[in-house]
Amino acid sequence: MFNKERWAEIIEALNANRFRTILTAFGVFWGILILVLLLAMTTGLRNGVTSDFGDFATNSLFMWGQGTSKPYKGLPKGRRVQFKLEDVAVLKEKLPELKYVSPRNQLGGYQGANNVTRNEKTGAFSVSGDYPEFIKQQPMDIMAGRFISYSDINEKRKAAVIGKDVVKALYDYGEDPIGTYIKINGVNFMVVGTFKSTNSNGDNEEDANTIFIPFTTFGQAFNRADNVGWMAITAHDNYSITNLKPQIIDIMKTQRSIHPDDRRAIGNFDRAEAFGRINGLFDILTLVGYVVGALILLSGVIGISNIMLIVVKERTKEIGVRRALGATPWNIRLQILQESMVLTMISGMLGIAAASGGIWLMNFFLGPSGSVENFANPSVHVSVAFVALIILIVSGLLAGLIPATRATQMKPIDALRIE
Amino acid sequence: MIKIEDLHKSYVMGSNSLHVLKGIDFNVKEGELVSIMGSSGSGKSTLLNILGMLDEADEGSYVLDGVPIKNLNEKVAAQYRNKFLGFIFQSFNLINYKNAVDNVAMPLYYQGIKRKERMDKAMHYLEKVGLAQWATHLPSELSGGQKQRVAIARALASDPKVLLADEPTGALDTKTSYEVMELIQGINDEGKTILVVTHEPDIAEMTKRIVNLKDGRIIDDTVVKQVIAKSYV
Ligand SMILES: Nc1ncnc2c1ncn2[C@@H]1O[C@H](COP(=O)(O)OP(=O)(O)OP(=O)(O)O)[C@@H](O)[C@H]1O
Ligand SMILES: [Mg+2]
Repeated sequence: MFNKERWAEIIEALNANRFRTILTAFGVFWGILILVLLLAMTTGLRNGVTSDFGDFATNSLFMWGQGTSKPYKGLPKGRRVQFKLEDVAVLKEKLPELKYVSPRNQLGGYQGANNVTRNEKTGAFSVSGDYPEFIKQQPMDIMAGRFISYSDINEKRKAAVIGKDVVKALYDYGEDPIGTYIKINGVNFMVVGTFKSTNSNGDNEEDANTIFIPFTTFGQAFNRADNVGWMAITAHDNYSITNLKPQIIDIMKTQRSIHPDDRRAIGNFDRAEAFGRINGLFDILTLVGYVVGALILLSGVIGISNIMLIVVKERTKEIGVRRALGATPWNIRLQILQESMVLTMISGMLGIAAASGGIWLMNFFLGPSGSVENFANPSVHVSVAFVALIILIVSGLLAGLIPATRATQMKPIDALRIE
Repeated sequence: MIKIEDLHKSYVMGSNSLHVLKGIDFNVKEGELVSIMGSSGSGKSTLLNILGMLDEADEGSYVLDGVPIKNLNEKVAAQYRNKFLGFIFQSFNLINYKNAVDNVAMPLYYQGIKRKERMDKAMHYLEKVGLAQWATHLPSELSGGQKQRVAIARALASDPKVLLADEPTGALDTKTSYEVMELIQGINDEGKTILVVTHEPDIAEMTKRIVNLKDGRIIDDTVVKQVIAKSYV
């Protein structure tokens, strides 16, 4: 269909009126440029906003105890609900759909008082008591050493895994923290690992400012016994945490003697749901991008269709001659369709290329850290290129359809008679 | 080769109808060189266009080389035109953005012949009309006579049964006209059937048979002694 000859012929025909061809091509170029840029910006926004979510496993739920709002079994209203370590085991046992149930305890934190010292250096860090699974929920890059292990838990070892910023604050440049000791609230811990957050976008400073210690050690060292501050629960991939949530909460109500209708006693944050809501919003934005881009593209396509109609009119005589020489109507239609396709495709490809250049520039100036609030790494998925390609092919066909039909409507003799 | 019987053609324009061909009976044998003469508006071009399957008669029968030409769809008509007929026009009708050899190769392209073979054949016919060295020139770089030679080469390229020429010398000066007629006579001598529409008596005398048309009827059909164009060139 597209042999060398046809190409040469198409190029010849398009070259015959180069300025007009370029002007026409610009419409499609512009349309696809806007389309791709809109989609890239939407992705940028989506990336920016979702990176605030961190990279904690999406199918997760955070849950903590609050004050009860109803008296129950002789217990007064307004009682503080305290989760216990045994609740974790019960949850795991009753709900095998749950992949991880991590009890957590925390102290210190962002803008807290100085709580960690090493020799003369001190700092304020968030200290977190955790189980080994936690790293599977909250991915982090172990830079040296290891994360907390079950022997740490079982033996209540005073082991600590410290973030990159902790290293920076407490150690000299080039010093190896592994095996050294730090004091957390006056208790000595040995550093067994260092980590940094896996993704440098957004607000993950806090992670790098954290010290992880075994949950059991935390309880002992800071007098929490088997109290659990809050839980991070992740469901297996093929179960929805949002659907499991009522069961989880019901189990916890039984465990903690809370009135079944008490809706305030247990607080939770459903990441999956929040994530889904935000993603839904951006899916709509993406759709808007497609629609707006496609509408702009449409005017480009109409331009091409228009110019092809003029081309057909101008070449009426040529078409007549070709038919006298044996061109079938289909030959002629194909020729017009190919010309409009090539014109659409070339201008569209240039549009995609220009959009890629624009995206590259945006990324270049934004820098890797994302200097603009809620906007990071604008980009389009490869699939967008395919979709754009399909849109272009369809557009080219649509643009050529009417002119192609018009080209063969005339009897050959009438076409030949045109001067 | 060509057999037409009781051919009628009217042009309808609004409520008016113009009866142009009023019952033409006409036969051409293989290898003939026929000129069709007549005053302006007598229906010469109309007849030739019907013979060329560019237009259709209202009534009558037309058989070309044993094939009845009737109610053809455009696709079949195009294929028949390609296979059976070569056209030579008064205004040459070369495609202006294609060079000489590409113009000549056009009918072969629509036959689906591969490029290499197409180009070889096209060059062969360009040589035949004496324009091999002009192969890569655009029509705009050729004289009228040269353009018509290219057009003749193009008409010959698909080795058709019949050449149809509507005033092939109408846009040329006398000397060039005779050169073109010399070429046409040469092609006829090789056995090709050729119909030439003309209103110039000297051109008509260079054919072997003159058919006179008046008001849509043949009023005269005589075999003549051919004047050899070469003697004038
Ligand atoms: N497409 C058409 N629509 C209407 N009338 C037409 C059409 N083509 C030709 N005619 C008319 O039919 C008649 C014959 O036309 P034709 O072209 O066959 O004449 P001709 O013999 O070739 O004349 P000339 O020597 O001037 O070329 C003329 O009166 C012309 O006006
Ligand atoms: Mg005429």
